[in-house]
Amino acid sequence: MNILATVLLICGLFFFFGGAVGILRFPDFYSRLHPAGKLDTMGQLSSMIAMALYAAQDLSLNAILTALKIMLIVAFVFITSPTATHAIVDAGVRAGLLPWSRGIRRGEE
Amino acid sequence: MTVSTPTGNLRTPQAPPGQAPGSGGHAKRRPLAPYLLTFCVSFATWLVLSGKFDTFHLSLGVVACLIVAYCSGDMLLATTDLRSLPGQWYRFAIYIPWLLYQIFVANIHVMRLVFHPRMLQLIDPQIIRFQTRLRSEMARFVLANSITLTPGTITVYVSVIGTFTVHAIDEECARALPGEMEAKVAAIFGE
Repeated sequence: MNILATVLLICGLFFFFGGAVGILRFPDFYSRLHPAGKLDTMGQLSSMIAMALYAAQDLSLNAILTALKIMLIVAFVFITSPTATHAIVDAGVRAGLLPWSRGIRRGEE
Repeated sequence: MTVSTPTGNLRTPQAPPGQAPGSGGHAKRRPLAPYLLTFCVSFATWLVLSGKFDTFHLSLGVVACLIVAYCSGDMLLATTDLRSLPGQWYRFAIYIPWLLYQIFVANIHVMRLVFHPRMLQLIDPQIIRFQTRLRSEMARFVLANSITLTPGTITVYVSVIGTFTVHAIDEECARALPGEMEAKVAAIFGE
């Protein structure tokens, strides 16, 4: 169980790391939101499952309640994260920001 | 003010046929089931979050959940058809593992893009539009959030007639839309 939790935790950290690198590497506002909004959700899911597994090891009532609380965090983030991403994208569209695309490089518009 | 016609409260569900019209002051034209369901859900959350099962904490929870159910009982459930709910929730529970698997696969795809040395040649951000055949707001909400959760695609805008505007990071992600996901969501809500 400990090994499984550790592997999941490392996977989660890897996804978080990818999210951070993606935010830095992608070319514009909209494409940066892809790693920011989703890789973080995935990293959070995987690391939270690891924590729930670690917490529920001895199968007592309190341990299971703690694991359930952690899974509640996952559920709430899975509802709020896309909504927040959508709100940010919508703000960008309303402000009139054009998405980067191939062919239209910066400075050539 | 001509607003005070019966169309003024569009969101209030019609009373089920069994209930006599005008029976019981406040509960008039408002079925009890959404309130009960809200109470049960919030009380279950209370139990998990408090973790104490003595009389004092339980009674506090009952009082708090009653207040919540009274104030916001019609928010959790937008639908009026309660008989279709168990089936919907069951199909939704089956949908979640599939969605998690999709999220996982697509995450790997975006990770590959992120760490690829020639990332700028691989990505091809584009805005695509498609018309969905989903009608209910809940189904559209689930589809929009599923699209946003799946990496590579973000729902930008959903119009009232059901036109989805989606920002996709590359050609492969754009081609996958709406496709299977819309069919699955349609199956959940029976549309």
